Amino acid sequence: MVINNKERAEMLRQLAGTNVSLCIQCGRCSANCPVAWKMDVLPHRFVYELLNGGNVDVLLEAKSPWKCLSCFSCAERCPKGVSPAAIMEAVRLTHIRAQGNNKLNPADLENYDDKMPQQAIVAAFRKFNK
Amino acid sequence: MIYNYYPGCTLSTKAKELDVAARKCAEALGFPLVELPNWQCCGAVYPMAPDAIAERLSAVRALVAARDNGGVLVTLCSACHHVIKRVNDDMANVKEIQQKVNNYLGLEVPYTGETKVLHYLEVLRDVVGFENLKAKVVKPLQGRNIGAYYGCLLLRPGQVMSFDDVERPEILENFIKVIGATPVIYDMRNECCAGYMAVTDKNLCKEMVSEIQDNAADAGAGEFITACPLCAYNLLENAGATKLPVSYFTEVLAEALGLNEGGAD
Ligand code: SF4
Ligand code: SF4
Repeated sequence: MVINNKERAEMLRQLAGTNVSLCIQCGRCSANCPVAWKMDVLPHRFVYELLNGGNVDVLLEAKSPWKCLSCFSCAERCPKGVSPAAIMEAVRLTHIRAQGNNKLNPADLENYDDKMPQQAIVAAFRKFNK
Repeated sequence: MIYNYYPGCTLSTKAKELDVAARKCAEALGFPLVELPNWQCCGAVYPMAPDAIAERLSAVRALVAARDNGGVLVTLCSACHHVIKRVNDDMANVKEIQQKVNNYLGLEVPYTGETKVLHYLEVLRDVVGFENLKAKVVKPLQGRNIGAYYGCLLLRPGQVMSFDDVERPEILENFIKVIGATPVIYDMRNECCAGYMAVTDKNLCKEMVSEIQDNAADAGAGEFITACPLCAYNLLENAGATKLPVSYFTEVLAEALGLNEGGAD
């Protein structure tokens, strides 16, 4: 089954569950993102490319979701109540829900330093693996 | 009131200090914590996708157990608090999630977000009261300049967490005053420590933590307190040249209440 750009945009919007049409492209989310300087596609673009006429491939090919910290700074500081964090999550899920796309190898667990809190490991495996 | 308590995975292992001091202080302050039987790990991150139902179940199970035992659930780890509070909000306000979760769990009495979730700091502030707490301090931490590190998860999203002002929080600073120390305000106290990147991108953590450490030290802090095991880990293990010490807020509380004396700790 081949799905077109418009349909993929709709799937991502559903998975993100945030109302992108409220966005005014002010860029405040990107300005407040603590890892924007490490991203190839900035948070406000994640909203923009889900609007009519957007290009979803840009988001699916971006490295940004693997840099995102889920810190909710973007969502908290958006004047319109949009959550770019949820779109980052939707893109991550689109990747890891596909078979064979896990980013972390459980065998590496023994290489983590012994002070590493369980919380970090559980969180990373939730974000990067299915 | 029964103070059902959800320790979470890290407090039973790598962050025992946070848990042990919390139980000791709660006992001394008249709100003994009753650990929930059979709690499961909350998953450490809030599942943002509306269709992520399985990922919400462990939080809901804890919430239901607390509902059936008095209706209050006390959390301590910032991540557990964040996940459980937000899932509770979903169960109260997001019809589709509420329906799917209840359909799966098949509870005798469906769960619709009735449990009151309180972070330990909220119990101190709103139930014990900071004034009453102050009266119990026997060893004020005079001369200590403490920078409160909130991180992200306790505060955001402000509308759901309703913990404190998201940009100008003061609960930890007021707590620091109550235990007799001096709070130091620095700008990055509510910015992210890089969180779970500890697992995948140590260099990024180092860059971000260095900024936080420098920012706090420049403002005059001599140490940090936090409620989050992952913040504590990153602040210490991924620090650069500036390396202010980090304690859990329950550890300094135990110190101020004189509960560390004579003990092995
Ligand atoms: S802060 Fe909100 S309104 Fe502004 S660009 Fe980002 S998502 Fe759009
Ligand atoms: S949640 Fe992700 S995209 Fe949003 S501000 Fe934090 S790191 Fe940036």
